[in-house]
Amino acid sequence: MQNGKIDKIWELLNTVPDPEIPVISVVELGVIRDVQFTNNSFLILITPTYSGCPAVKTFQDDIKTCLLENGIENFELKIVYSPAWTTDWMNDATKEKLRKFGIAPPSNKVICPQCNSQNTTLISEFGSTACKSLFKCDDCLEPFDFFKCI
Amino acid sequence: MSSLFTYTLRIADSSLILGQRMSEWCSNGPTLEEDIALSNISLDMFGQANGFYEYAAQLDGTKSADDLAFKRNEREFFNHQMVEIENGHFGNTMVRNFLHDAFNFLFYTELANSKDETLAALAAKSLKEVKYHLRHSSNWLIRLGDGTEESNLKVQDSLNEIWQFTNELFEMDEIDTELLNSGIAVDNKALKEQWNTIVNNTLSKAKLTRPEDAYMATGGKKGMHTEYLGFILAEMQFLQRAYPNAKW
Repeated sequence: MQNGKIDKIWELLNTVPDPEIPVISVVELGVIRDVQFTNNSFLILITPTYSGCPAVKTFQDDIKTCLLENGIENFELKIVYSPAWTTDWMNDATKEKLRKFGIAPPSNKVICPQCNSQNTTLISEFGSTACKSLFKCDDCLEPFDFFKCI
Repeated sequence: MSSLFTYTLRIADSSLILGQRMSEWCSNGPTLEEDIALSNISLDMFGQANGFYEYAAQLDGTKSADDLAFKRNEREFFNHQMVEIENGHFGNTMVRNFLHDAFNFLFYTELANSKDETLAALAAKSLKEVKYHLRHSSNWLIRLGDGTEESNLKVQDSLNEIWQFTNELFEMDEIDTELLNSGIAVDNKALKEQWNTIVNNTLSKAKLTRPEDAYMATGGKKGMHTEYLGFILAEMQFLQRAYPNAKW
């Protein structure tokens, strides 16, 4: 019974998109560390991506809204810092979604999401959001975001 | 005030004030990419500060993280004096950040082994970001130092000027010592040797001369500050002072 309820929460969380990269959910991003059921209430453990990422506050609000809209009121969100978030928690399917969206996924090799060339150059270590840096492709000449490995 | 509370507050204060200084670069960066980089670093510093303030608030039990950031006066702030000095020109900011980033990198590496689980977790998280910051400031220092005669002169001047604020980073007072003995705090003094290695290597690549130690500023962790901190707080705290508990 409890496991069924917890699975339902995971299912709902998987519909909450990342505020900056809406093609992936907060579950796929790896920020939901655990869902527990204790004392008749769900405890959702969340870890921030980057300390200062403004999206962290936004997706906490989005999670609350999503659960409330689905009639779940007995829950608590808790921020945990350890272990620190890492891009290793993203699976291959998620990385493929990023690539299709035009963001080079975290990897040792920075591959152009447009033409798959490995001939790329760093423009800036810091991109449009904390989690990305800016590259350009030296073959198709398109600039693109690279999801930094952390 | 417990020692652990004060210790945590000191870390948070240095992050907050450096973040506030970095935020002054937003829309004033030398290039668009650099503007974004400086603003990103500012956000990281605010985020790190927030984590430490939340913990300090929890230890205190009566104040919130926002209270700690917005409702204390300058003598109640315990940040390193280095982070409050004016940004100056871009090279000046990079010199200050490099010297502080190199310290932060070593400090968080050690604090990640603290017996205090929360401090250790916050340090491990911050360390990932500080590695980026250090790489960013080191690269700029090398580019500017080993750039033109003019750029070399400017960053050498900055280095000579800011050097007086480096000694404070490694000071130990009774709170540091007490918490070091209980396995919680970092031995700041012991970081100096590795810091020297990082700084000397980078300065050599940047064709810059390490200044001689002369007058050294002190007092930040006891609430003694340069004249700049009051102005920073006046701007940063204005809204909460003028409209207490305003939310948006």
